[in-house]
Amino acid sequence: MIKVNALGKVCPLPVIEAKKAIESLTQDEVVKVLVDNEIAVQNVMKMAKYKGLEAHSEKINDQEFAVLIEVNGIGETSEDVEAMICQPDRRGNGTVVVLSSDCMGSGEESLGKQLMKGFVFALTKQDELPSKVILYNRGAFLSSENEDTIQDLKTLEAEGVEILTCGTCLNHYGLTEKLAVGSATNMYEITESMMKASHIVKPS
Amino acid sequence: MEKDIVFCTGGGCTAKLGPGALNRVLEKLPKFEDPNLLVGFDHSDDAAVYRLSDDLAIVQTLDFFPPMVEDPYLFGKIAAANALSDIYAMGADVKTALNIVCFPEKMDLNVLGRILQGGSEKVREAGGILAGGHSIADDGVKYGLSVTGTIHPDRILQNNRALPGDCLILTKPLGVGIVCTAQRVGGASKEALKKATDSMEMLNRYASEIIRKYEVHSCTDVTGFGLLAHLMEMLDQKVSAEIWSEKVPYIEECEEYVEEFYLTAAGQRNRNHVGDQVRFENCSFAMEEILFDPQTSGGLLVSMDSEEGAEAIRELEELGLPCGMIGKITEKQEILITVKG
Repeated sequence: MIKVNALGKVCPLPVIEAKKAIESLTQDEVVKVLVDNEIAVQNVMKMAKYKGLEAHSEKINDQEFAVLIEVNGIGETSEDVEAMICQPDRRGNGTVVVLSSDCMGSGEESLGKQLMKGFVFALTKQDELPSKVILYNRGAFLSSENEDTIQDLKTLEAEGVEILTCGTCLNHYGLTEKLAVGSATNMYEITESMMKASHIVKPS
Repeated sequence: MEKDIVFCTGGGCTAKLGPGALNRVLEKLPKFEDPNLLVGFDHSDDAAVYRLSDDLAIVQTLDFFPPMVEDPYLFGKIAAANALSDIYAMGADVKTALNIVCFPEKMDLNVLGRILQGGSEKVREAGGILAGGHSIADDGVKYGLSVTGTIHPDRILQNNRALPGDCLILTKPLGVGIVCTAQRVGGASKEALKKATDSMEMLNRYASEIIRKYEVHSCTDVTGFGLLAHLMEMLDQKVSAEIWSEKVPYIEECEEYVEEFYLTAAGQRNRNHVGDQVRFENCSFAMEEILFDPQTSGGLLVSMDSEEGAEAIRELEELGLPCGMIGKITEKQEILITVKG
């Protein structure tokens, strides 16, 4: 059983905390919400009813009430899963694209940057997409400063591709606040992703 | 200086005592008998009306509450617009107003200055005079007005005179309570908050002056008890009402906030008060909550001749706030209020 102590808290806080507890569950469980007035009991029960969950309440004393919500069906088909089934999945099984620079190839910098921009764009047009794009060192500029590549990376993200940028690198180049797509990651996750990848694609 | 975060603690009309609790206390008080007291609190009306002569009556009301927004100046304007509203709900004109202030001794006095400035501007806009006030050192901030207005005794718009066949008009959008609650827990968008504060600070003077030109049978302002409880007072167990939920003006973002369960205690108290006297037919949960939502400085709910309703709406729309013809009055049925989806 999960307990939510909302004694002394004013609506809507007891309801919001109970809802958060329900959403954080990874298996079926009873959520017990403690509140200090009957109106809060009714509001928590209302939320449970609206979510289609069984709930009942107990009066412990004049200043303490418990609402017990039985949460069932965790892990069953949800709307998100259905939405994914309806769309053809373009993600290749386990390909990881690694971008360690904002330049592609060695030569003039302006050409290198243009090539990299083209590469990220072309990536969005592939029949089979990678499962992840990992960006580190100057690659971090592609997800935080370069407007064109940010747009293309967002397109990939919308297709379900995970966009991960090295947090240390963002910090080093002063880009932490600018990260515009995906999330920041650490070396542990980068290494693990590369170890588990079926293919690694890394333009050099 | 105290931080503004302490300033706003979930106020406005959500801070009202529930209608049920209040009635139990008021019932026990002995009634005053005076033929010149045309409207007293046994009517649960918006303001008291006392006849001074055959063609003149004074209208008195008092309203104050804790802040529901972070900006003291805006709070002052909203609290004043809310207090002045009761005068307009009776169809009367504002004459004088007195400030009522509770303010912590340790808080920055400039905050109080901004509240009073906002209030004073609204009294001026109402065509009234700010004539004094009273202040108390208290733990929390509260502000409002005691307002006196005048009216011809024959032209009082009481809150319980609706007739079968009337159309029901609402002059402001619902949902300001839900938006302010969402704001308090960090969940309201700037746009939603702007819609709510624009609505709350607008005087009901303009809507009141428009409806007086038509054959209005009953009028009240929608405040802390929410639309349905105020409507129930209007029905007075004598007639019934049908509400068309798709015609009810409300702040759209509220649907999303209800889905996030930003539910107030006051909204639930209103639901309990109306109880089984309302029936919802094909109505979403969000709409139910919106209809029970306590309003701060809400609009006028008007019961008027249905032939003139469309013309009145056309004029009200020019004021710039969402408004609508939201239903009709019927002969009394077993269920007092039916909300149709």
